Amino acid sequence: MLFSNTMKNRSRIHALRNAAFVAAAAALAVGFSGCNKKDAAASDEILIGHYGSLTGATATFGQSAQKGIEMAVDAINVSGGVLGKKLKVIVEDDQGKPEEAQTVVTKLINKDRVVALLGEIASSNSLAAAPVAQSSRIPMISPGSTNPKVTSVGDYIFRVCFIDPFQGQVMAKFAANTLKVKKVAILRDIKSDYSVGLANFFVEGFKGLGGEILSDESYSQGDKDFTAQLTALKGKNPEAIFVPGYYTEVGLIARQARKLGITVPLLGGDGWDSSKLWEIGGAALNGCFYSNHYSVDDPSPILQKFVADYKARYGKTSDSIPDAMAALGYDATLVLADAMKRAQSSKPDSIRMALAQTKGFMGVTGNTTLDENRNAVKPAVVLEVIVDEKGNGRNKFKESVSP
Amino acid sequence: MESFLQQLINGISLGSIYALVALGYTMVYGVLRLINFAHGDIYMLGAYFGYYLSRLIQGRTPSHLLDAAVVMFLSMLGCALVGIVMERLAYRPVRRASRLTLLIIAIGVSLLIEYSSQVIFGADPKFFPQLIPETQIHMGGLILTNQQIIVLFTALALMVLLNLFIYRTRTGKAMRAVSFNLDAAKLMGINTDQIIALTFALGSALAAAGGILVSINIPGIDPLMGVMTGLKAFVAAVLGGIGNIFGAVLGGLILGLAEVMVSGYGSSTYRDAIAFLILIAILLFKPSGILGKGQVEKV
Repeated sequence: MLFSNTMKNRSRIHALRNAAFVAAAAALAVGFSGCNKKDAAASDEILIGHYGSLTGATATFGQSAQKGIEMAVDAINVSGGVLGKKLKVIVEDDQGKPEEAQTVVTKLINKDRVVALLGEIASSNSLAAAPVAQSSRIPMISPGSTNPKVTSVGDYIFRVCFIDPFQGQVMAKFAANTLKVKKVAILRDIKSDYSVGLANFFVEGFKGLGGEILSDESYSQGDKDFTAQLTALKGKNPEAIFVPGYYTEVGLIARQARKLGITVPLLGGDGWDSSKLWEIGGAALNGCFYSNHYSVDDPSPILQKFVADYKARYGKTSDSIPDAMAALGYDATLVLADAMKRAQSSKPDSIRMALAQTKGFMGVTGNTTLDENRNAVKPAVVLEVIVDEKGNGRNKFKESVSP
Repeated sequence: MESFLQQLINGISLGSIYALVALGYTMVYGVLRLINFAHGDIYMLGAYFGYYLSRLIQGRTPSHLLDAAVVMFLSMLGCALVGIVMERLAYRPVRRASRLTLLIIAIGVSLLIEYSSQVIFGADPKFFPQLIPETQIHMGGLILTNQQIIVLFTALALMVLLNLFIYRTRTGKAMRAVSFNLDAAKLMGINTDQIIALTFALGSALAAAGGILVSINIPGIDPLMGVMTGLKAFVAAVLGGIGNIFGAVLGGLILGLAEVMVSGYGSSTYRDAIAFLILIAILLFKPSGILGKGQVEKV
């Protein structure tokens, strides 16, 4: 009898404690949403949203873009802001996952009520979020998604970088004319729209220049073991291997390729651009080449000032040289602010109209002019990866290709 | 031919990792009839412990091999503790509950470890330090690295040790007794709680060893690395006959080879599909696995 009584009491205490917990959680939730409402109502700020991969397998993309955006926003606000108001960026982490990108963009639009969106770098994530922006009529500028499908989602979707048909052509020309190779093998990431698209454009371009594709293998983002595909590729004796993936996998692929005795150069696209690439791939990456949006070796004064400012601001961290994603994030923000100024409005529809007319905007990554498909037409550079035994890397400028 | 032999080597080194992780699944299942879905995450924790430990230890001992051995031992110890804590907090309180309860708790524990690790370690991939500097060994046209050889032999040695432990020691005998019949073992004076905790500790230590051995070969680690490896090791355990130690090793090797051959000679797109196709086929035609005994369910 006694026993069952204590049991009863205990369960009653449990119930009470649970109820208290629920009440506290509810109070907290109310408190939070209250705060947010007040922020959104503040009229001396223009809210823009940035969604990016601050964590996950492509974490440096989102982190770099965010650094570039922060720098641009501060520069704009110091010189008086836009239309007499300060710009404020609300940043959301999508962990590099398309489904997560869609969720956070929905949140940025419906809860934070941003007037424009910046993001993503990885094309699959931009493709997942773009339909949300389009149907909510919120203009979105992707700093670095190069897959052509991204801006064809609708007339609210823009980008400030070149697209993959051009990038694929650049690397095809580099392989055929500069490296003078005739036989190339492909290793593409089947899960990424970017990688599949870029591989197709490269194949098209390289065949057009008289080259031969010996074999076309694939992997999935997140894979760690590539020895089977690489052994199969090795048997075909290619003179170069085109690996249009993202840096995490590319680093591991380079390492495993060298372990299997593959010595030919690996070629890739802007998805390689990360300081993490050097750490993961190490010296295995020496003699490999990739196409990119800009090179820090470019003497252009606007670019050199950006590099110096970036180092001054983020120099304490390990990756103090801005990669292309940082530069593109910076440019995307400036292009957006420029559009607001020309539109004399921070209404999404007016911003969209002005963005579509962006012409000859001088940024860090060159001259941005948006064409009728809302894509920028810009030159690309080819970089050589140089990594020492300790994993400290840098990129050496090889050539610049104009469209 | 050369390329086939190279693929064989690739397959065996992949398979031996699956085998190591599969051993943990099989041991816990053998003793508790529980599929511990958090096992793949212990494998991930092992790699992370190794990552932090090697920053402390690397270069402090006379040789690279000793560095690696110390890191591996400590990380196995750490994961064994995690295994014991996991069993004590999550599984023991519900040991008498239905199997479904246990299974759902296992999934919960797995998600808890995965996502708290993302918070603690960060969700971006980390680069596992090179504990053993790589040298290549050329045999005809074949290329092996010293890392691959060390990994393979360590994995084999651990499996042999486990086998000796289970079949040649008193504690191993007790473990087999618990696996045979928990209540009868208790009546014979075996401290079953202790044996079950030990099973979790051993299984987790093997998973940690797997995590470190993989990271020596493939130096990119992230908090979700255990998800796919865990699932595939589970397939390997079922394939070999879950609850059977040799079965886990055999299943791991078959799965590793199958995956590599599919990528190498078929299409790499279907690589993961093959792993699960094998699982479905086994469940259809021989539900108890290759070496598993057909059991009549007691009603």
